[in-house]
Amino acid sequence: MAKKVLMKGNEAIAEAAIMAGCRHYFGYPITPQTEIAAYMAKRMPKIGGTFLQAESEVAAINMVYGVASTGKRVMTSSSSPGVALKSEGLSYMAGSDLPGLIVNVQRGGPGLGGIQPSQSDYFMATKAGGHGDFRMIVLAPSSVQEMADLTIKGFDLAEKYRMTSMILADGTMGQMMEPVELNEPEIKEYDKSWAVTGTKMQRKHNIINSLSLIPDELEKLNFERFQRYKQIEENEVMYEEFMMDDAEICIAAFGIAARISKNAIIAAREQGIKVGLIRPITLWPFPTEAFAKAADKVNSFISVELSMGQMIEDVRLATGCKKPVTLCNRAGGMIPSPEQVLEAIVNAAKGGNK
Amino acid sequence: MVVFEKPKALADVSMHYCPGCTHGIIHRLVAEVIDELGIEGKTIGVAPVGCSVMAYNYFNCDMVEAAHGRAPAVATGLKRADPENHIVFTYQGDGDLASIGMAETVHSATRNENITVIFVNNAIYGMTGGQMAPTSLPGQVTQTSPYGRDVNHCGFPIKVCEMLSELDGPEYLERVAVNNVKNVKKAKMAIKKAFENQINGKGFSLVEVVSSCPTNWGMTPQKALQWVEENMIPYYPLGVYKDRSADKAE
Amino acid sequence: MAKLTFKTDMCKGCGLCVDACPKKLLIIAKDKINQKGHSPAEITDESQCIGCAFCATMCPDCIITVER
Repeated sequence: MAKKVLMKGNEAIAEAAIMAGCRHYFGYPITPQTEIAAYMAKRMPKIGGTFLQAESEVAAINMVYGVASTGKRVMTSSSSPGVALKSEGLSYMAGSDLPGLIVNVQRGGPGLGGIQPSQSDYFMATKAGGHGDFRMIVLAPSSVQEMADLTIKGFDLAEKYRMTSMILADGTMGQMMEPVELNEPEIKEYDKSWAVTGTKMQRKHNIINSLSLIPDELEKLNFERFQRYKQIEENEVMYEEFMMDDAEICIAAFGIAARISKNAIIAAREQGIKVGLIRPITLWPFPTEAFAKAADKVNSFISVELSMGQMIEDVRLATGCKKPVTLCNRAGGMIPSPEQVLEAIVNAAKGGNK
Repeated sequence: MVVFEKPKALADVSMHYCPGCTHGIIHRLVAEVIDELGIEGKTIGVAPVGCSVMAYNYFNCDMVEAAHGRAPAVATGLKRADPENHIVFTYQGDGDLASIGMAETVHSATRNENITVIFVNNAIYGMTGGQMAPTSLPGQVTQTSPYGRDVNHCGFPIKVCEMLSELDGPEYLERVAVNNVKNVKKAKMAIKKAFENQINGKGFSLVEVVSSCPTNWGMTPQKALQWVEENMIPYYPLGVYKDRSADKAE
Repeated sequence: MAKLTFKTDMCKGCGLCVDACPKKLLIIAKDKINQKGHSPAEITDESQCIGCAFCATMCPDCIITVER
């Protein structure tokens, strides 16, 4: 077992990526994720890897597209406005079925917004990563340890399904320091016969491409891709349940919001309120079943978010609006306090959220 | 004895280009160079968005289709993935390289990224039906400059070789044309040098090929080549704009 | 004497080869139509061809093979 080391969340992502075999990183400075780039700039030259500061986020994701085309593990990281710029490349990667890891350490928006933590890119990550019909696997870490573990997982899933994985963290997770245990991961080998590495005059040329001008062929490609997505929905959902056994109120929260919620849940339990938490770890695929089952047991749901309420829509869909779902939130870089969440729980316990 | 035949690196298919479009000539020159250097098996080409978007079907080497203007960034990734074993070229038009992809162009040049860029300048957006390009000439009539390009309204054409030559980074910049046999042969020499530079690890080599678009210029293929001679070449003078190795040797 | 072979069905009849020929031996055969629907290029008097390959050099569709 590896020794525990104290690391920032951003650094944990970077080191985990290296352990996962990623030797190519392209990025552009933006707060609050620049530590990832800085860490890669230091480490990559020492291990025969490539760190390159791109001229823009747009260029960075297209450099990722280039390396991904060769079948090698590659990543980029950014924060909200920068990830928006990458959406073109993300769509092209989806259309060309290329694996890769994208990290979004979210900050408040819209526009230039602020530099404080936020979860307001939930929609962008899970619904609208770019133009066209496509999905990304979206992983939401809630500790520095998970920043590392989900990075490794993200690379694996990306290759397994030939698509992009996104780590959806926030400024708190990126900047927070916690002890992390980094174990040498087992790296699975997947088929890469599609990659462009030169024909060596031994095979017909490979083409990495998202253009398809014949509509019924393009439709077929979309149908095939969504078959793959269906497998992911069936096999790759991850979530954590916390004190849900006897819960009458269910909190839905991910990332930093889940940590705050846990404190509030413990405080509420001391007051005799039966409340629990479902914490989605994969935001896509969303743990729909877990929420659907909970809807048969609990009286109400509270979605705790660092946004104006985005995941709440998926909670409502998952629960079929069987039970009321209310929002407990802060936005623009503000973080809900445990007291605010506790108040929402107490209010729900009184039936105040009908 | 066969003195001229289709190069092996060029797929034996009919290309989608309009009659008389010089893209076909430039594709062939690239393929001839790939053949002569014996590098087809390690070459990866990057197709742009624009008329030559389907270039991936025409070269027998591995190919990648890039987003509009992003070919040099994609090529950067492809090259850096395995610098020893990948020969990477981009094939881009004027809208792709000099408008939407200008940042990628300038920065790959200034990094002296060890790639080969084939830049086809025909002063118009062909694929979308003939709109004004960053290289459209002053006064040139296009679909989006129906009264002629007014430089007071939308600025002047961009002279890519001249502009990039001010950078310390790039290894080699040359402008050629394909309007007659002599110029086609010169163009091939430049393209060959641009690939040799990459093989020799010298860095960013861009060949700007002044070419024609008979369809969207509204001319016969012959008239279009005459227009290249009379209008394009005077504005875009042919020649070597940078050759760092040659400069050092002097 | 040189020999020209045309992949006639791939010809788009652009005529750039016609202009390139220093001996003015090539024509666009207006009385013929190929698979693509173009009138293709052809050589009038092959005995006079010098095999310079200028026509092939200017052909955008690479349809001409030249032997000498």
